[in-house]
Amino acid sequence: MRKKHDWLRETYQKSLEKMPERPVAHRTLSDIAPEPLYTPEDIGVLDPEYEEKRGYPGEYPYTRGVYGSMYRSKLWTMRMFAGFGTAEQTNERFKKLLKAGQTGLSVAFDLPTLMGYDSDHPLSKGEVGKCGVAVSSLADMEILFEGINLEEVTTSMTINSPANAIWAMYLAVAKKKGYDWKKLGGTIQNDILKEFIAQKEFIFPPEPSVKLVIDTFEWGPKNVPKWNFISVSGYHIREAGSTAVQELAWTLADGFEYVEAALKRGLDIDEFAPRISFFFDVHNDFFEEIAKFRAARRIWAKEMRHRYGAKNPQSWMLRTHAQTAGVSLTAQQPLNNIARVAIQALAAVLGGTNSLHTDAYDEALALPTEESATIALRTQQIIAYESGVTHTIDPLAGSYYVEWLTDEMERQAMAIIEEIRRMGGVVRAIEEGYFLRELAEASYRYQQEVERKERIIVGVNAFTDEIPLKVPIQLVDPEVERVQAERLARVRRERDPKRVEEALAGLRRAAVEGQNTMPHFVECALAYCTLGEMMDVLREVYGTYQEPAYV
Amino acid sequence: MDRRIRVLIAKPGLDGHDRGAKVVARALRDAGMEVIYTGLRQTPEMIVSAAIQEDVDAIGLSILSGAHMHYFREVKRLLDEQGASDILLFGGGIIPDEDVPRLKELGVAAVFGPGTSTQDIVDFLRQAVPERWRAQGLA
Repeated sequence: MRKKHDWLRETYQKSLEKMPERPVAHRTLSDIAPEPLYTPEDIGVLDPEYEEKRGYPGEYPYTRGVYGSMYRSKLWTMRMFAGFGTAEQTNERFKKLLKAGQTGLSVAFDLPTLMGYDSDHPLSKGEVGKCGVAVSSLADMEILFEGINLEEVTTSMTINSPANAIWAMYLAVAKKKGYDWKKLGGTIQNDILKEFIAQKEFIFPPEPSVKLVIDTFEWGPKNVPKWNFISVSGYHIREAGSTAVQELAWTLADGFEYVEAALKRGLDIDEFAPRISFFFDVHNDFFEEIAKFRAARRIWAKEMRHRYGAKNPQSWMLRTHAQTAGVSLTAQQPLNNIARVAIQALAAVLGGTNSLHTDAYDEALALPTEESATIALRTQQIIAYESGVTHTIDPLAGSYYVEWLTDEMERQAMAIIEEIRRMGGVVRAIEEGYFLRELAEASYRYQQEVERKERIIVGVNAFTDEIPLKVPIQLVDPEVERVQAERLARVRRERDPKRVEEALAGLRRAAVEGQNTMPHFVECALAYCTLGEMMDVLREVYGTYQEPAYV
Repeated sequence: MDRRIRVLIAKPGLDGHDRGAKVVARALRDAGMEVIYTGLRQTPEMIVSAAIQEDVDAIGLSILSGAHMHYFREVKRLLDEQGASDILLFGGGIIPDEDVPRLKELGVAAVFGPGTSTQDIVDFLRQAVPERWRAQGLA
């Protein structure tokens, strides 16, 4: 049996060589100095399954965290999702967030962008800049990152169906500014399967959609090696009404589906798998959420190693972003949401997340204001710097309940993953309406439990107030639509039409002939093709998808 | 009362957040109403034409993207234009309090925000729809 002493000397030490301990007092308020890690040895108990099930941080099966020294060396990335209105407005918000101590950017796009329409398309009317920033061409992307050093920040972009095009625009900005692609860090969400399952922002049918994703698996590691070209997301699945177990199972099933598609294309698992990242929701049930993160890491590691034969430990590690549960926020007594967010954020941290967004308390009402977004960031900072939970790694390991619940969630999730495999995989399950049915059931059941008061929601079905509390909210300027339309008109007028035509023809050829589309997306971006133009080419080649209206 | 209330639940625009719309549709159905759910990404034209074709008593729009003013205004305008202003228009989603009076001025009968009990929506329709029937001499 491996001893803690050996882990300290080997894995922990090696981790510190890469990233030393943070220069803060790792001591409690009574001046007790906790060690980096506690194990059964420390309290004189036996745990015969310790190595197999829990192991050590930074070691297989990573239940206790993917890095050797975790938050002792480096806190999670505090990454707040932001975006609204025009590129200028969001750029200004980004600069403020960076100044307030945020360590990574995260871009929210508006619905037309997410659906691959330009801001001046008829279907975009009323939606431009509403729930995120509008990006219709490289011109918008250039403004969005004006004055921000792309080699110094990492940028996460929540974009799915048009992910290839939007990523290409970001890379085009970097290229034009002379930044080295090899030094760029960030993430594109690029998880189309969960769109069919939950969020419904799909454009093309499942099969060509997955092909576009696998293009990034093939092209990414060779060209932008530090970029996470996918963030396999449970967040939206959970927000659409799934349970924590379903979120866990379906997200991992999606991850395995991409791995299988990449293997089918002949890619080397140990080349692409290290850059697969994840994104989970973190809801109210404190211990269930903690157990979910721990179980997710263990399942991924086991399956990647044994089922798919990955040899590089980096391929076994499930690195994840987390976001507090928007769906749990209430419009009633909105300040209560600050407490909910704090509890959820603490669960994500105790679950060992690598990055975290905390929701603002007013998000059940509208987009967050600057003040509410700042409180949300401060909540993370209080957990990080004041609560003491970062003194020792995975402090809840060994709790009878947490370990039992981790095992139980793994067991239930694996049963669902096996069920999906028997159906023929995630794409087949989507086509059969499996996820729609399961989600409709789970969300209706939950709603009924709330209405019968079997589940209490403070301020909603218990402890209600008569006096509604007013909070200031962020409204989006309707001028955005006009500003965007003018900029698009200028882009179309000033670009080189021949280059545009050739770039779009190249993209079409690649799509028709089944070649990798990424180099063509980059050329289209550099030529100032609009997002709508690129997506229209693919709409013609691949067709579009309509889901059945199931209640 | 023998006549069953017929309701169209619709998701206008590009927004794909359909959990609420589906939960409401199912709750209304469980309460004995006839419910038609449009599915995602409907234009105002599609919604109004479905409502007239299906001869519904009420249309419920679910919008979480912030584009509610635009869609309610369009649907109401088309209903009036096509002589179907007797169809009751209501809705829900992420809608700021400030916008609720503006929506009511447009002729939106009720707006249900997050945390609404589905029973409240059932009760609302059971009261408002028969009132309209009586006003039109149909009940």
